[in-house]
Amino acid sequence: MDTRAAHALIRFGFGRAGGQPLPADPVQWLGLQLAGQDLAPTALQPDPGSAAAAITLFELDRTDPPPPGQPRRSGTLFRTETGALLQYALTTDAAFRERLVWFWANHFTISTRRGMVAPLAGSFVRDAIRPYVTGRFSSMVLAVMRHPAMLVYLDNAQSAGPNSQAGQRNRRGLNENLARECLELHTVTPAAGYTQTDVTEFARILTGWSIEVKEPPLGFKFRPFLAEPGEKRLLGRSFGEGQQGGVDALTFLGDHPMTHRALAVKLARHFITDQPPPEAVRAIEGALRDTRGNLASAYRAIIAQPAAWKPLQKLRSPFDLTLAAFRAGLPVSGIQAAAEGPLPGVMTALGQGLFNAVQPSGWPDVASEWIGPEAMMRRVDWAYGFANRPELPDPVQMADTALGPLLPDRTMADLRQAGSRREGMTLLLASPEFQRR
Amino acid sequence: MHPSMTRRSALLGLTSAVTLGRMSLALAAAPTDRRLVVIILRGAMDGLSALVPYGDPYLASLRAALIPPAPGQEKGMGDLGGFFGLHPALAGLHGLYRQNQLLPIHAVAGPVRTRSHFEAQDLMESGADHRMSSGWLNRAVQAMPPRPGNGVPLSVGVALPLLMRGPAAVGAYAPQTFGQPQADLYARLVAMHQADAVTGPALRQGLAERGFTASQLAGFAPDPKEKYSFPTLAGTAGKLLAAVDGPRVAAMELGGWDTHAGQAQRLFGPLGQLDQGITALKVGLGDAWATTVVLVMTEFGRTVQANGTGGTDHGTGAAAFLAGGAVAGGRVLATWPGLSSGQLFERRDLQPTTDLRSVAKGVLAAHFGLPPAALAATFPDSQGAPPLVGIIRAG
Repeated sequence: MDTRAAHALIRFGFGRAGGQPLPADPVQWLGLQLAGQDLAPTALQPDPGSAAAAITLFELDRTDPPPPGQPRRSGTLFRTETGALLQYALTTDAAFRERLVWFWANHFTISTRRGMVAPLAGSFVRDAIRPYVTGRFSSMVLAVMRHPAMLVYLDNAQSAGPNSQAGQRNRRGLNENLARECLELHTVTPAAGYTQTDVTEFARILTGWSIEVKEPPLGFKFRPFLAEPGEKRLLGRSFGEGQQGGVDALTFLGDHPMTHRALAVKLARHFITDQPPPEAVRAIEGALRDTRGNLASAYRAIIAQPAAWKPLQKLRSPFDLTLAAFRAGLPVSGIQAAAEGPLPGVMTALGQGLFNAVQPSGWPDVASEWIGPEAMMRRVDWAYGFANRPELPDPVQMADTALGPLLPDRTMADLRQAGSRREGMTLLLASPEFQRR
Repeated sequence: MHPSMTRRSALLGLTSAVTLGRMSLALAAAPTDRRLVVIILRGAMDGLSALVPYGDPYLASLRAALIPPAPGQEKGMGDLGGFFGLHPALAGLHGLYRQNQLLPIHAVAGPVRTRSHFEAQDLMESGADHRMSSGWLNRAVQAMPPRPGNGVPLSVGVALPLLMRGPAAVGAYAPQTFGQPQADLYARLVAMHQADAVTGPALRQGLAERGFTASQLAGFAPDPKEKYSFPTLAGTAGKLLAAVDGPRVAAMELGGWDTHAGQAQRLFGPLGQLDQGITALKVGLGDAWATTVVLVMTEFGRTVQANGTGGTDHGTGAAAFLAGGAVAGGRVLATWPGLSSGQLFERRDLQPTTDLRSVAKGVLAAHFGLPPAALAATFPDSQGAPPLVGIIRAG
């Protein structure tokens, strides 16, 4: 049996779901997802009103708090939004495209550790990530930097130019947080050799990029009275004042050769191996350079790498591990309850709460960051708990769904010799093979 | 220490299921004051070690290293009348035998020959020659006439074994603490990850940090994390069953029986748990023990001959036990097939001579008065396995 089809569903998707057909031509299966439309349901598609609705609920929680014991409206919205995202991830056959959505949502990490981010998380993915996943990278950068979730999470909404009206009148000042993280994490990275002066200048460029939470229209708002007047210099280039200066700077950064290099490394690490081969990185970087940052071209370059077709090289993050188990094991009838109920809790318990990364750098993407003694024990214990679900198929059948020809004979022998269905399922889920993608 | 039953179930006396660590317990209210507890031994208990046919002339030549010391010797078997002996770890059961409250049964199997744990467990719990979506105990409870004051006899719970599942009882999963595998499952995972440079060291270190020693992982020392032991759970089950308005039917399960290596040592653990569990159940039931039957069953027996690693592999004919004040015990029930090569099933396993369904049907008929039609509905296509008679005390 050809292992490439099974591998494609595991490496590029979220793992094979029970009953999901194996693609006859895995390369074509991947390519069609890049060429076609995003197939997510309407509730996950771009909605210009969704950020405003989230802000309204957040403000209502403040001005009209729910009675004790009642959940806050923003928390309910967060659970609904993440439930819908997980439900789609659990059921879609176009999981490569959806993996890319989650990849970029992690690249541009926002975290509910900042209160107002939670109700906005769904809108962030819907409006700032999903529409741009196969397009030009700098378009995604612009959409992300304008989104209230990012402006709140990295503190830019309040940042004021020292010479702006607000700075002069109220002695308010710069907040460099978004500017620094955008340079360091989202675009060019320190390899570009920027200095503290560049960070400060970029922060001055981004002054005025703020949000409106009281008077409609709610959401992104450029506030001239916060904006630093005058020309600024970033990485040797001049940028004008006003909102357009920020647009120009972000486009410049998004299209920067060092950004292409950084994205190539990150994509190769995600889709090939923790230490990707330099020739693969070069190929992806070249595709980005030659197309001015067209992401679909970068993905095609990944698919063309022989190294991307070597199975089970990546350790599954808790997100990937649990999604794969739920996809392979749960009947469709159980998906919705899982997406809204146990699944997010399990991800948190295994160390990867949804939209709750510890730092703006997001969740790590190398095995050494995920596997320590306690983390490994939690994975095993989780496997043992999950294995107890009565609706799961036979472990051997589940192994065939989840890994198919990628399951080594010796692991299959261990499953067959297990003393009970639960033990067999535990051995499968905790096996070195299922722990990887 | 009480397991956490759902409050609604506890109040209504409905079926509930409780899971503690690797043991689980499912309870059903039934319209009777007689009690039935079914204990599933998952992983295939070696019947020839638990209920040793030491009088068979071929036994010693096939598995000398696996036979406990003879009756009367130090740490020897408990004698059951000159041919069979109980494993020394089953001292409590031997006490019940002497009070005529234990009926050991040998060379037992279901209708289908399979050496797959999963398949055999499914069939044992289905009570049929194919996997069904409900278990025979569920169907038996439904076949009992309604008892005043009781609602629906079965409801949803967590970790309900197939044995207790029924058409109306396919449960939504209730999240719970993960629970933890027992030491021998951890040990198998260590072996699986041995060659893995990433997960292998993490797993070994993680187990060490949780206090597992190499000898515990090898099964030669007690599991340090066995917080909720089977005897504790069984004691609680006994108390719940003893209550006037409590459930009347319970199912429990105990693992650790898949002794492919080091069997002589390893069996002391699970056999001891089983023995102490039944003792604790009896204590918990108090006076209700007199009207109780406990059925202990496993999916199949193990090879007669020891394998190359001091253990046994998946076999066929098994041992079962009936215990309780309502059991007509004090003897061994077995049509002994013999252990000579020609007498073995496929020249390797104990030949079954008693159908496990006959045992269960005999209990349901005599203990709960289930009529033939109800027995037939409970065990489809079981005409060839008539209920055993004389296994339940009259009255």
